[in-house]
Amino acid sequence: MEVLGDDYKVWYDQLNQCIYCQGSLRLAGTEEYAPIVKILEYAIEQLPQKITLNLCQLEFLNSSGINVLSKFVIKVRQKETINITVQGSETIPWQGKSIKNLQRLMPALKLEWS
Amino acid sequence: MAQVFGEFIEDFSDRSEFLVLGFSPSSLPIQTRWKTNGLSADFLGDYVRNFFPGDTSAAQSKQAEVRSAVSFIANELLENAMKYSDKNVGQPINLEVHLFSNRLMFLSKNSLHHDAIADFQTYLQEITTGNIDDIYINQVEKSAANDDAGGSGLGYLTMIMDYKVILGWKFEKTDNNIQVTTMVQLPLS
Repeated sequence: MEVLGDDYKVWYDQLNQCIYCQGSLRLAGTEEYAPIVKILEYAIEQLPQKITLNLCQLEFLNSSGINVLSKFVIKVRQKETINITVQGSETIPWQGKSIKNLQRLMPALKLEWS
Repeated sequence: MAQVFGEFIEDFSDRSEFLVLGFSPSSLPIQTRWKTNGLSADFLGDYVRNFFPGDTSAAQSKQAEVRSAVSFIANELLENAMKYSDKNVGQPINLEVHLFSNRLMFLSKNSLHHDAIADFQTYLQEITTGNIDDIYINQVEKSAANDDAGGSGLGYLTMIMDYKVILGWKFEKTDNNIQVTTMVQLPLS
């Protein structure tokens, strides 16, 4: 499953149960984020034991995108059976500031920095 | 009479280095105009980064941090202005960035839909007086429970929590509409 935009790419690698978000995500609200939300929800519906959210090449994320990822983490938490790891990059400044908020929504969420 | 929420400073611009971008009212659909937000925000980030010279690793990391913060804040301000301005009024959207030694100041100015003002002001009252951490958690949990909710409302909260900004808003009545000026003060540590 993949969504490809002018300057972003989001896909789910089912084999490794990993969702990749890359590029710059600054779409306009719920409607434009819908195809990406579909991928995130598909990943949850598979009820894997673990999910990895790889943001290491996500250069920019607007607040609507932050909302999408926050809701995703809450939905993972609500399943109660899925372990989630979020991978970020120390060289992308917004990630150091904002990714930690996801952990506040789900304290069991594991953060990995590269 | 003007109505102010949060912290709003008047008459400061003569003491700063600044840049102003103006966006003319346009009949283009919002989807087409939306792309210019990212371009403008990144441009402002690159522009401001230039004022933080140096090629040590500490300087480069500072430059990257300033660029990223400016780009995020400018993008959020432009997205808000574009989403909530009243297209029928034909008023341009303005975005200014002022540089001071200890902070950056952003000012965005746009018209507002009459229908949106009451809810917007109630929200501003909440985020300028309440506990931001609690508001953030409540907002996201509420948004997760109600999938078709409109705006995320996370732009200002993210700026306050993650970028330590001080926010202020001024509402003014003009001849034919209400205009809001949003002020964002970003401290430079």
